[in-house]
Amino acid sequence: MSRTRTERLVNLVICLLSTRRFLTAAQIAATVPGYEHDPSDPRDHEAFQRKFERDKAELRELGVPLETGTASIFDQEPGYRIAQREYALPDILLEPDEAAAVGIAARLWQHAGLAAAASSGLAKLRAAGVEVDPQATLGVEPVVTVDPSFGPLTSAARDRRAVTFKYRVPEVDEPSTRRLEPWGVVCWRGRWYVVGHDRDRAATRCFRLSRIVGDVRATGRPDAFEPPVGADLISHVARSSGPIARNGRAVVTVRPGRAAGLRRLAASVVPGPDGDRLTINFGDVDWLASRIAGYGPDVRADGPPELREAVIQHLKELIARHETPAVTA
Amino acid sequence: MSTQRTPSADRLGRLLNLVPYLLARPGILISEAAADLGVTDKQLREDLELLWVCGLPGYGPGDLIDMAIDGDHVTISHDAGMDKPLRLNPDEALALVVALRMLAETPGIGTRDGIERALAKIENAAGDLADAPVAVRLPANQKKLAAIRAAVDSGHALRLTYYTSARDETTDRVVDPMRMLMVGGFNYLEAWCRRAEATRLFRIDRIDGFTELTEPSAPPVGAVPHDVSGGVFHPGPELPLVTLRVGRGGRWITEYYPVEQVLKDSPEWLVTMRVTDLGWAQRFLAGQGRDVTVIGPPELLDRIRAQAATALDQYAAPHALGADSGAGR
Repeated sequence: MSRTRTERLVNLVICLLSTRRFLTAAQIAATVPGYEHDPSDPRDHEAFQRKFERDKAELRELGVPLETGTASIFDQEPGYRIAQREYALPDILLEPDEAAAVGIAARLWQHAGLAAAASSGLAKLRAAGVEVDPQATLGVEPVVTVDPSFGPLTSAARDRRAVTFKYRVPEVDEPSTRRLEPWGVVCWRGRWYVVGHDRDRAATRCFRLSRIVGDVRATGRPDAFEPPVGADLISHVARSSGPIARNGRAVVTVRPGRAAGLRRLAASVVPGPDGDRLTINFGDVDWLASRIAGYGPDVRADGPPELREAVIQHLKELIARHETPAVTA
Repeated sequence: MSTQRTPSADRLGRLLNLVPYLLARPGILISEAAADLGVTDKQLREDLELLWVCGLPGYGPGDLIDMAIDGDHVTISHDAGMDKPLRLNPDEALALVVALRMLAETPGIGTRDGIERALAKIENAAGDLADAPVAVRLPANQKKLAAIRAAVDSGHALRLTYYTSARDETTDRVVDPMRMLMVGGFNYLEAWCRRAEATRLFRIDRIDGFTELTEPSAPPVGAVPHDVSGGVFHPGPELPLVTLRVGRGGRWITEYYPVEQVLKDSPEWLVTMRVTDLGWAQRFLAGQGRDVTVIGPPELLDRIRAQAATALDQYAAPHALGADSGAGR
């Protein structure tokens, strides 16, 4: 944007902010420097109209609330103005600790687009008189990364527009196309998910953002659906990862000084003649069996019998799988 | 995010912000304002020159934006109605609100109270846009985290009992704490490790014990924090390369670990990844089920085979079934 255009746009904003009456394009052209033209010359007039359209689009893009209306019922032509109330950031007074929190929050994003949005938001708060200490810290710094689909999905959820995207689950070769009414995006244990109504499955579904392939496309009109009242988005994601019931009790023998990772899981460690005897409470026998197998001869599963059997089976399969020198594809 | 604006459009946004910013800070140093707004002194002076010729219709003295530049200081004397910054746009509101929610949810953070007050005020200023469809939950062992944080805040060196997964050992070491962070759902203590004589990231859930020492934390001048913007583990080219063949049920590995290459020519993917330690690779890979087969390096293959065979021998020996092998549920 040239300096003249920037100057013209600043003047346009000031002009429309200062008027209570709706001003028509012709009135604006006669007032704001940079729109001078000859309305009787069709080419000149058309050039002005194009310029004015571009300028309006630019202001709307920036978030300037351009109002359209007519000054009176006798007016045919639409006019424009900017309501101060709609334009201005409401007064905001932040205590020093609050301002520090906002300053730190604005630094969290590692995603370029969100980082830019956060810092321009912060610039507006500064312009409203908020003083932000750039040195402030809170003791723990969260580093926040998001997947590329975060932006489009949050916008669609905000506008209540349906989306469609390709989704790849590792176990399946081809990504499938999904159609979702997104209720919101959730961060759970450092990963991002979108929760909503899956139109094809006719059920509530969560999708991991990192598994979305390509672009998220919003389809249909805004306000196309209503998320359930008081929906707890997190509960949909967290449902599958509740606390594990550890009802099993395993006894394993571990060589002295080895298998530190297994020792950390143990409820008790008792030194014995052929090694340390660990008692481990477990939920899933196969999970524990694989851990034990990973430790090779450093660990021996003594009981219960199903654990012992699972370890033996695991080891046999492991050997069989690696028996013949594998040929690289 | 969705809208990546051009630098010139950014300039317009900056200019609309500049008048209220300066209005709130009469007599501010130009260099201070420039640093605050993230522009050079020269850019800021150019912005001021441009604003000087903008103003209310009429564009005469008394209409135009007026300011007193006294050497290096600037004071706005007429704002032409631009006394308030533009309100937050949807992306800015989202970036700030979600970052604050993230902060408020970050385990171990100090002044949650200030963050929540700030969040309420920003949501109020954002109006309709505050209802960001984003929820955050970052679970952690709060007690342990709070205890470690308090120790870090005290400014003392710490003796840690730490489990190193790569070498599967639990060791004691003295560290000089630098900061605490949260990356990808895990909490870390970043500290100068006196044993390794290097900056290290310690995962909080792997700190099995700690003692606060009386001596102060004194990381050497050369202790550089990690750049964690792209994650915590950045495998370098010096690390051993491991090749696997993974079936559908093992493809999750490519989502959880940084991998060098994935060949998807057949349902069994060929995956190459770097590992910090072959011992870790052995434990990890021998612990996988039938969906994961190690292809190379040959050394790793040999180790897995030999260790599994020796492990299996333990169960052939009659004494392996001890008296309390039935230690049941």
